[in-house]
Amino acid sequence: MKIGILALQGAVREHRSLLRYMGVETVDVLNPQDLHGISGLILPGGESTTVGKLLVRYGLLEPVAEAGRAGLPIFGTCTGLILLSKHINGSAQPRLGLMDTCVERNAFGRQLASFEADIPVPALGEAPFHTVFIRAPYIEQAGEGVTVLLRLEDKILFAREGNLLAAAFHPELTSDTRVHEYFLRMVATAQTSR
Amino acid sequence: MPEVKKETGTFAVKKGLAEMLKGGVIMDVVTPEQAKIAEDAGAAAVMALERVPSDIRAQGGVARMSDPEMISGIQQAVSIPVMAKARIGHIVEARVLEALEIDFIDESEVLTPADDVHHILKSEFNVPFVCGARNLGEALRRVGEGAAMIRTKGEAGTGDVVEAVRHIRQVNKDIQRVVGASPMELMTIAKEFGAPYELILQVKELGRLPVVNFAAGGIATPADAALMMVLGCDGVFVGSGIFKSNNPAKRAKAIVEAVAHYRDAKLVAEVSKGLGEAMRGQSVAQMEDKDKIAGRGW
Repeated sequence: MKIGILALQGAVREHRSLLRYMGVETVDVLNPQDLHGISGLILPGGESTTVGKLLVRYGLLEPVAEAGRAGLPIFGTCTGLILLSKHINGSAQPRLGLMDTCVERNAFGRQLASFEADIPVPALGEAPFHTVFIRAPYIEQAGEGVTVLLRLEDKILFAREGNLLAAAFHPELTSDTRVHEYFLRMVATAQTSR
Repeated sequence: MPEVKKETGTFAVKKGLAEMLKGGVIMDVVTPEQAKIAEDAGAAAVMALERVPSDIRAQGGVARMSDPEMISGIQQAVSIPVMAKARIGHIVEARVLEALEIDFIDESEVLTPADDVHHILKSEFNVPFVCGARNLGEALRRVGEGAAMIRTKGEAGTGDVVEAVRHIRQVNKDIQRVVGASPMELMTIAKEFGAPYELILQVKELGRLPVVNFAAGGIATPADAALMMVLGCDGVFVGSGIFKSNNPAKRAKAIVEAVAHYRDAKLVAEVSKGLGEAMRGQSVAQMEDKDKIAGRGW
């Protein structure tokens, strides 16, 4: 099993080290041909406008969206959550548009409002998850097919829709592997059902 | 849902923003219009300042923090992070920038230093700081004061990449020395480098700086930017290089692409075509020491 990490810009290294620590092989995705042979794809945090533009310029947007529609498990953190969403408030930036969600960018405010907090996430087990939010977005509205995994003050921060997983926080900045384990279970399920 | 305690302004949150900028280009801008061009080109952040370094160099005088009105204008124009510069040691300029809710403060040698002995104690702020460094000791002193990001200094406003290369080479060499040293040698290295011992231990364990490190000072072309990535920088700052060239939008876009795909020489060749003239610049080798600004900072 090999997991691709979109490596155009952002926190690529952190996802890579966490997955390698878990014994998972990774590959950096920079061009459409890098998508061949991967069982899952991670869209790391970064600047969503930057990553969106680079996805378009290098002809990656459509192949990634197509793979997602065909069932490839995709996990987006922060910027990745924005790119996965169908609707982005007040923005016409390029996106994959795979999840039936509506997101608000920089939704908590500027960097001074960035925060960390221990939050219980039932889908990940009993112990609270240490979440880190950096100029984070949130999902304002989600369609019926979306399972909400974490909601805080009406803001959806972690959600799943079929083969797609999105987090507004950065599990890759911690050493807690539970979110990545959750994603790898999705990948394993997708493989057995093929 | 039980009450959730949110902690803001922590080192993890400050360092986290720098992590998100990795593989990106941060561009100097002096107007909201330039900020928009930078954002459209794919900049990961912009640095709001009144004069780009080459103008500061040409015009002389005291270079200070920018007009808050100009900074606010730029904050309103773009959705990417906005950084701004405070003078070395100028606590109040930094507090003013924090009050403006700037996303990152650059305590910068490009401005005229306000304190010729001390740097700002950055750990007391909720906003993250980036600082310049020419070697590992200087980088770790800044991290010790609370900087969440480092940039190698280079020689700002020259368009000559030689100093940026010299500084990242020196940082890499110093890191190799720490990594290769026996535990018994580390205190002596800390003393020699003038670096906090605990941070030397962290470098030994990580094999790299404990925070993100960007290149700066003299980067003018897509190839320059890609060179800095090849040498191990996490991203680049481009100051005068973009808006002092004759096609800023095209050059900005080309530099963004060269940084994202720095290992792909064909792509760097492609994006380097037809950019028009780069900033004219000046060769650092022909400058007198008194005209260099990288020496500022202690």
